[in-house]
Amino acid sequence: MNARTTFPVGLENLAEIWVYLSATPLFGLTLTLVAYVLADAIYQRTNKFPLANPVLIAVTIIISVLTLSGTRYEAYFQGAQFVHFLLGTATVALAIPLARLWKELSERAIPLLVAMFAGATVSVAVAIGVARMLDAPPQMVASLLPKSVTAPIAMGIAEQIGGSPTLAAVFALSTGILGALIATPLLNALGVRDWSQRGFAVGVAAHGIGTARAYSVNPRAGAYASLGMGLHALLGALLLPWVAKLLL
Amino acid sequence: MIQGLAVLLVFQSLGEVVSRLIHGAVPGPVVGLLLLLAFLVARKQIAPSIGTAADGLLAHLSIFFIPAAVGVMLYAPTLARSGAAWGLAILCSTVAAIATTALVLRALSRREPPTVRGEPPSAPHETLSVPRESGTAPPQ
Repeated sequence: MNARTTFPVGLENLAEIWVYLSATPLFGLTLTLVAYVLADAIYQRTNKFPLANPVLIAVTIIISVLTLSGTRYEAYFQGAQFVHFLLGTATVALAIPLARLWKELSERAIPLLVAMFAGATVSVAVAIGVARMLDAPPQMVASLLPKSVTAPIAMGIAEQIGGSPTLAAVFALSTGILGALIATPLLNALGVRDWSQRGFAVGVAAHGIGTARAYSVNPRAGAYASLGMGLHALLGALLLPWVAKLLL
Repeated sequence: MIQGLAVLLVFQSLGEVVSRLIHGAVPGPVVGLLLLLAFLVARKQIAPSIGTAADGLLAHLSIFFIPAAVGVMLYAPTLARSGAAWGLAILCSTVAAIATTALVLRALSRREPPTVRGEPPSAPHETLSVPRESGTAPPQ
């Protein structure tokens, strides 16, 4: 406390307090949590309607607040980084649902691996094929290649193969959100009802955000989604740089 | 809960160390996941505190993607110009990947016993001796 904080609070003081608050980590952290609470309330209220995806709603709220208040992303991230940091911890925590299902997973290892390979191959082939058909620049094609792998890995791969890490992160996160939006209607239309098959497909195609969606719908789907994401992340990190050499 | 969180952080740190040793080929958290999985499978049980901490984090997995996703959305104006190409590429390939993975897995799972719709089967496959909802659900 210093002598500048005098009362009663006038408008200038409020402005000053805002300047102070918006520059502290408290602002970004509070905004992230409040936006998520609102977004999650909408998601639950709409009975987990896929289009009411909590990440999408929260991001929309936060970007609106940042734009309206003229706050830069860097200032926001000062506080949001604490939430961002826990993404790593939450990733480690995915080991627990996998350990719970361990026996079942090891019995199904071959079908799961084959399905993962098939899905990953189709993902890369279609993404590159469509982008080339639409005359996307080579750097964009290279950044699209790892888009179904979780964002940090996608960024590393893109850098290795002549893409842009930033674009790769954009594409990976867009893929995650899109996958979370379309998975339920798509899998319903295909008549895939088994939670393990549904979850696994979403995890392979739409990594973390898809997995978050799967978790929110059904715990078994969530566990299989995290397996799909984890397998794809591992094999993607090891194989995609070689795939890129063949295709690009 | 705090004990469990400490365990998760220890494995996250171990993961970071290994990730550095292999020059970042696989990110630290993914290595941490694998190490923790190996540890739990080797011990054949999950301490309740680890289960509680993990369930707490995973119940709100979405929130952890928000800061990065906000950053990404700020690139939207730049990306809007070439939006058709990458947007369509992502849409088509995500649809194709979900469909392919699900259908291949279903085709290969024919001989598996059918899963109960709605709730997962209550732990016929549980190898680890700890209740799955440690603390939260009443024992059945």
